[in-house]
Amino acid sequence: MFKKLVLGAALAFAPVAAIAAGGGDQHIEDFAFSFEGPFGTFDQNQLQRGLQIYTEVCAACHGLQYVPLRTLSDEDGPGIPEDQVRAYAADNFSVYDEELDDDRPAIPSDHFPANTNAGAPDLSLMAKARAGFHGPYGLGINQLVKGMGGAEYIASLLSGYTGKEKEEAGTILYENTAFPGGWISMAPPLSDEQVEFIDGHANDVVAMSEDVSAFLMWTAEPKMMARKQAGFVGVLFLTLLSVLLYLTNKRLWAPVKGKKKA
Amino acid sequence: MSGIPHDHYEPKSNGEKWLHSRLPIVGLIYDTIMIPTPKNLNWWWIWGIVLAFCLVLQIVTGIVLVMHYTPHVDLAFASVEHIMRNVNGGYMIRYIHMNGASLFFVAVYIHMFRGLFYGSYKAPREITWIIGMLIFVLMMGTGFMGYVLPWGQMSFWGATVITGLFGAIPFIGEPIQTLLLGGPAVDNATLNRFFSLHYLLPFVIAALVIVHIWAFHTTGNNNPTGVEVRRTSKEDVKKDTLPFWPYFVIKDFLGLAVVLVIFWAIVGFMPNYLGHPDNYIEANALVTPAHIVPEWYFLPFYAILRAFTADVWLVQLVSFVTGGIIDAKFFGVIAMFGAIAVMALAPWLDTSNVRSGQYRPMFKWWFYLLIVDFFVLMWLGAMPAEEPYASFSLIGSAYWFAYFLVILPLLGVIEKPLPQPETIEEDFNAHYGKADADATPAE
Repeated sequence: MFKKLVLGAALAFAPVAAIAAGGGDQHIEDFAFSFEGPFGTFDQNQLQRGLQIYTEVCAACHGLQYVPLRTLSDEDGPGIPEDQVRAYAADNFSVYDEELDDDRPAIPSDHFPANTNAGAPDLSLMAKARAGFHGPYGLGINQLVKGMGGAEYIASLLSGYTGKEKEEAGTILYENTAFPGGWISMAPPLSDEQVEFIDGHANDVVAMSEDVSAFLMWTAEPKMMARKQAGFVGVLFLTLLSVLLYLTNKRLWAPVKGKKKA
Repeated sequence: MSGIPHDHYEPKSNGEKWLHSRLPIVGLIYDTIMIPTPKNLNWWWIWGIVLAFCLVLQIVTGIVLVMHYTPHVDLAFASVEHIMRNVNGGYMIRYIHMNGASLFFVAVYIHMFRGLFYGSYKAPREITWIIGMLIFVLMMGTGFMGYVLPWGQMSFWGATVITGLFGAIPFIGEPIQTLLLGGPAVDNATLNRFFSLHYLLPFVIAALVIVHIWAFHTTGNNNPTGVEVRRTSKEDVKKDTLPFWPYFVIKDFLGLAVVLVIFWAIVGFMPNYLGHPDNYIEANALVTPAHIVPEWYFLPFYAILRAFTADVWLVQLVSFVTGGIIDAKFFGVIAMFGAIAVMALAPWLDTSNVRSGQYRPMFKWWFYLLIVDFFVLMWLGAMPAEEPYASFSLIGSAYWFAYFLVILPLLGVIEKPLPQPETIEEDFNAHYGKADADATPAE
């Protein structure tokens, strides 16, 4: 009875919210990311590759205004040593300083600059602002296991260009199998072997799409690993508490109830 | 406190007597937690504790969030990200608060449907029921305004749509809407007053919770049989009840702990599952989201709101009769609030003199259908406003009203109830082997 009740409560409400995300004829590829599921963790090498792709490609148009540069040294994130972060910040970004009333090279305590070139959206939270999975039948059940699929959406989008173009009201649109409506105004940003990785890791469009999507999952949810850990500790201790309370309750009621009849 | 006869607190030491003659607070607490509680309560009765826990959880996490949040249209979204990234443990506090709202509503819906099934709303517990409905309405207001505070796209557009409902009220609608918004549109003034009220209302809820508890401590708890505790003597009371402490406190805590395992798993492993991705996009008055969807706990009522479109004959009739004062939009608003109002009126709409649904063979099925209806409406509330969902919504809404306005009054007349046990003791002993131990609190 009780189990039914709890399960019912948990499952019955869950899918409804998921449907809310809408749907469409988009095709979202189910990439196997390392951070999926309760046990999933970020792959530090992948995050670093993703950062490199972001810096060399995406940063031209897209900002990451909510992400402090110093967090690149987070152990649960890209884990880049502090001196390297300092060099990275100074080399790649300049920020406006009110006290100097001038631009200066960025330091780790600055955020990635906002960038609204070409009307491109900020990417800090993109992996949580898009949903990839709505199925099966729009019930959102696979969201239970795979999360919202924001990273899958981004990776599908980046690798989903068909190569077709059309012009509409003076804007060139590119056909994309992941974008709602099928036509996107962003030109295909990645091409094979565009970014050279220091360790010679695969750099075809699909591999790079995955890497940069993983990086954007991190920018959107930098505390994911700490959160999952807190989840485990909490679930463990609350389960233990439940067991203890179950035994206490059983013993407390035993003299009142005697043996159960029906 | 009047109510079921039981032993009261007797001050023993001089210190206790000194305090008791000046402020009988220990006696009040004693009487409150030692209240004789029907010993046959089942697991559906744990949700009151879960709700009390939720209220405390939301207030505590909320107070901490306020320390880091900035209620300004230019800064609100960024301050939430500040909480998520820079505040120690901030991501957990915020996710707990966010999902705590969902737990709160899961609990309140189960609590309400439990009351509807076991006839807890019936005399003499009407006041408890009405206070409960008031709490529910305040919860909806609080939840709605809380959702606006992160200032994401759904926050902004949800606020626009919902405050727009008040604008549908004839003659006075527009001034009311302007007052709610603090201007002609959702803007900084709106955010600030919502923030203020979001902080205030939980304390109003807390006060009402005390009244809610006071009321049912006077009438005593209902129970699965709906049969009243015998109040003829303390001995009879002891045959039907057990003191709330420790028996039900421990039982309820067990229920709460199991619920919290699930809650914690959701917070830890899928905290955004019940949210909407669009709320991670900062509010933008120039871009309307493809689907504006409220939080899941509003969906059944949102479906009722949308069900009554201008092509429904009832809407056309009412519009014609009132000379167009009640148009489709206002009709929808009336229907949505009416759906809650008919629930509040259940004590007077239900004509059956049998309290518990267990002994009502016909009522049972209509009640189960109401539960199904609730979930179907919830699903429909998330669907786009197009066929076939519009027709389904209309049917679902019609059943909701029919249940309270037609079925409950009629069933009392035509239904032949099953025999009920004479006493709670009899029911309890039918399920459990009688142990000799008299019900005395454990040491």
